[in-house]
Amino acid sequence: MASVTDLEALLRPPAMEMPPYPPKAITLASGEEMIVRQAGREEMPVLLSAIYPLLLVERDYYDIVAARLYAELLAYKRYRVKDEYVLVGLIDGILAGLVNGRLVDGKLGMSYHTLTIRRGLRVGSHLFAAKMEYHIEHCGQDEVLIVAESPIGFRRWMIEYPLDKKHEVQHELGGVPSWVLTRKTYFDAKPRLVVGRRPVSAAQLASAETIQLPGEETVRLQVTGEKGGKA
Amino acid sequence: MRPVYVIGAGMTRFGRSEVPLVDLAGAAALAALHHANLGKIPVDTVIVANMGAGRVNRQVAVASALVDRLSLWPAAADSVENGPASGASAVKVGYQAIASGMADVVLVTGVEMMRAVDGLEATDFVASMSQPEVEYIYGVTLPSLAGLFARLFMERYGVERRHLALVAIKNHDNAMKNPYAHIHQPITMEGILTAPEAVVNNPPVAEPLHMFDCCPVSDGSAAVVLASEEVAAKLGAPRVLVAGIGQATDTHAVHERPDPTDLKAVRLASAAAFDRAGQKPSEIDVAELHDAFTILEIAESEAAGFFKVGQAHRAVERGETKLTGKLPINPSGGLKAKGHPVGATGVAQLVELTWQLRGEASGRQVAKAKTAFACNFGGFGNNVVATVLRKEER
Repeated sequence: MASVTDLEALLRPPAMEMPPYPPKAITLASGEEMIVRQAGREEMPVLLSAIYPLLLVERDYYDIVAARLYAELLAYKRYRVKDEYVLVGLIDGILAGLVNGRLVDGKLGMSYHTLTIRRGLRVGSHLFAAKMEYHIEHCGQDEVLIVAESPIGFRRWMIEYPLDKKHEVQHELGGVPSWVLTRKTYFDAKPRLVVGRRPVSAAQLASAETIQLPGEETVRLQVTGEKGGKA
Repeated sequence: MRPVYVIGAGMTRFGRSEVPLVDLAGAAALAALHHANLGKIPVDTVIVANMGAGRVNRQVAVASALVDRLSLWPAAADSVENGPASGASAVKVGYQAIASGMADVVLVTGVEMMRAVDGLEATDFVASMSQPEVEYIYGVTLPSLAGLFARLFMERYGVERRHLALVAIKNHDNAMKNPYAHIHQPITMEGILTAPEAVVNNPPVAEPLHMFDCCPVSDGSAAVVLASEEVAAKLGAPRVLVAGIGQATDTHAVHERPDPTDLKAVRLASAAAFDRAGQKPSEIDVAELHDAFTILEIAESEAAGFFKVGQAHRAVERGETKLTGKLPINPSGGLKAKGHPVGATGVAQLVELTWQLRGEASGRQVAKAKTAFACNFGGFGNNVVATVLRKEER
């Protein structure tokens, strides 16, 4: 009978070498600086607690994105997904949004999710672009498979880049027909969609070292934007 | 004609509504009625301004619905649809009812719930006000008309994108002080124009207009209570006189105008309002202009007579239109940042100005404001209502 340790090795997918994502700084419309950096496995608990309040927010499909993202981050934390990575956007150390995906192999990437907490500042666009930058420029991949769960996502990725159809391939997210970002699409879009400054100063990096969360109510209000109907 | 006073004003926070259309209108109406403190004096007439509830919310006859929701029977009820100028048009109808002696107390409520549909459908619904055979059918939208207008206006008068950005920054700053505003987000010149990241932060919508040159799509409601002099005196309310209203129209299709940069309907409506009020533009202390796009605040401020043609952008540069400037424009945040629920906008402008004249606009109060001006711009300038309000000392 195998030991627990041997069994665990069987349950974990094999991992391949993944390059780090070098952090970058982005000036937002508000003038605030957002630091985009990779989040390590040990930071998943804090990200899980950030997502939790959004599981029941139907607005703009946050519930399904939050639920799937929760499972993906949990799987990353507990070694049940192959070659996943997570990038976070932090403003003064406070979580503004996050993206994740995984490498299928050396040439193919699988985009998972983009979740914005601080809305109205194109945080999601910046983070999605960082994700594509990681796949194409840092991992040297040829293609990234992408789907959108919300009309907002469809406009941001499929139309804005624009992405090509690869509908013959089912995406890991529900078997939805895939769209694809190629190296050519990426570099064509890069001048208008991919920005940020490197290297990030030591002071800025220090400010983004620990992920801080906005309060649960702040998260809900920022996401839903609900404030009409009250005099 | 009898004098008409605004004796109460109220509104909902603009943004995304959590409640259905008639409840949204009811919330603003109740706030205005509470502000008016009518006691047992009945409301004679209820007028509702709305542009698209029939299409967007499957609700018509909103005025009748509002009367019922507020138990204001047997008040007369009328709905007014006049595109984005519906709000001020409805106030004008209420004004006429009191001025003519037909009514003593009129509740005017503007309401719109545009976020019930997605952005594309909302844009299409607003575009349906354009000329059907030569504009709408070819896919012309209001942002595209504004883009064409901006390009011509900027080329002719030397207006640059930084001037438009200054308008946006000012109005976002003002909205930060307005708890009713849709957008509570300060923006900076660096973030929306000069930093390399601005290419993503502020993408083009209809060149030369970018995202932060355009108003958001909002839900919201605003209401005013109008009254005759007799009622206003009985209540002892602060006296905000509707000193003058002017309205003018222009060609439906923008390209048929001899000079598309000349906002003729704004010019004529403003002149009529000033004439009826017996005042000059130079005597105005605070203004709310219809800045659905930043370029319109600049162009309307010239057409209304506050600045010489081609000079308003210089005034913006000098800070003259800021809260502390010579003529504060859009202290509420304007359509740009307070939001633009189309049918509610014209009423919301007058709500803000009433609060300003009563000294109740805490945080964004214009010092010693005694006279105020509003421009409610319908279509793409083909139907405009201008209003002058004046505080009367008792």
